[in-house]
Amino acid sequence: MYVLIAGGGKVGANLTRSLIRMGHEVTLIEQRSYRYDQLEAEFEHQAVRGDATELYVLERAGIKRPPDLVVAATGDDEDNIVICQIAREKYGVQKVIARINDPRNQPYFDLLGISPTVSATGSIMALIEHEVPEHGLIHLLELRKENLEIVELTVDKDSACEGKRIGAVRLPAGARLISVVRDGKAEIADAETQLEAGDQVLAILEAGKEDELRRVLLRN
Amino acid sequence: MIGCGRVGSAVALQLHGSGWDVVAVDENEDALTRLGEHWTGGFLVGHGMDLTLLREAGIEEADAVVVTTDGDNSNIVIGQVAQQRFQVPTVVLRVLDPGRAQFYAARGLRIVCPTSAAIETLVEAVRATEQVTA
Repeated sequence: MYVLIAGGGKVGANLTRSLIRMGHEVTLIEQRSYRYDQLEAEFEHQAVRGDATELYVLERAGIKRPPDLVVAATGDDEDNIVICQIAREKYGVQKVIARINDPRNQPYFDLLGISPTVSATGSIMALIEHEVPEHGLIHLLELRKENLEIVELTVDKDSACEGKRIGAVRLPAGARLISVVRDGKAEIADAETQLEAGDQVLAILEAGKEDELRRVLLRN
Repeated sequence: MIGCGRVGSAVALQLHGSGWDVVAVDENEDALTRLGEHWTGGFLVGHGMDLTLLREAGIEEADAVVVTTDGDNSNIVIGQVAQQRFQVPTVVLRVLDPGRAQFYAARGLRIVCPTSAAIETLVEAVRATEQVTA
C-alpha cells in the first residue's frame, strides 16, 4: 500500500514508522524545517518538506499516483479538512483519514463528508467517562459511514428496564445490548440476562436511536 | 465579515456606509480600531470556526458572508460551512494560493485571489512595453 501522511508531529511520525515496519510505502510531509530535519535523518527520502495544503507540495510527495490512503494528521483542523478534500476530489484518492484536534470541529468534518476521523481528545474523554460513569450515555465508538455506534449506559434505578430480563425489555428496533458489567464482572448479554440498577451496559445501535434507548435504560 | 484585517475592515466600512447591517468577527479585539470611532455595526471577538460565535454573529439570517482571515484553509472551510450548513445566499472568500483558489472556485465557491490578479496585471504591465520597443 502507498500511504501519504501530512503532518510530521508525534502522530504522523509514529504512524510512518509503524507503516514502514509493516512493509508499506510511505511519504511523510512536514512543514517546519527543524522538525523536517529530524524526520529526514530517520526517514530520508520518505520525508518531504512543505505545506501539505499546497498542491505542488502534494504533487512532489506523489499524490498523482495516487496513494491508496492519505492521512491528514497535522495539528490544524482546517488544514486537515482541506488536505482530505483536495486528495479525494482533485486527485481521486479513495481513502482518507483525518485527525481532529479540537472535538468541537467534528461538525465541520461531518458536514463536508470527511470520514473516518480520529480525535484523540474525544477517545480519551470517552474512556474517562467509561472509568467514571455518570448518568447518561457515553459514545465509545462511532462508525459514521456505516451509521452505527457503540455506546455505554448505566442502568438507572426506577428505569423502565430495572429488574427485567433483557428478553422482556422493549428495546428499539436497530439496537442490541452487547454486554453487562456489574460489580466489576462482565458478561455477554443475552435474552436471559437480568438488568439491575447500576449495571454498565454496552449497546450497539443505528444512528438516531439514542433517545429511544435512553428512555428504556435510564430514569425518565 | 469573518476577518477584520486590512481588507476585511475596509470592505466592512464601505458596505456599512452604503446601508448594510454589518457584523465583523476577528480573533483580535484590536481589529475593532480599524473600524473607526463611528462604527455602529456589530463586532465580535473569536475564531470564525466557532459555530456558537457564527450563530451569535447572525449567520443564520445573513444575506452575505465575506471571509478574509489570513489563513487560506480557514477561509475555505468557513466559506463552505456558510454555504452548505447555513445556506447563506452570497458567500465570498479571499484565497491567496492560486492553486487552491482555482480548485475551490471550480467546486462552486466564489473566490477572490489577489495573487492571480497581481500576476496577471504585472505580466501585462511588462508586456505592454513590448509594443513600444517593437
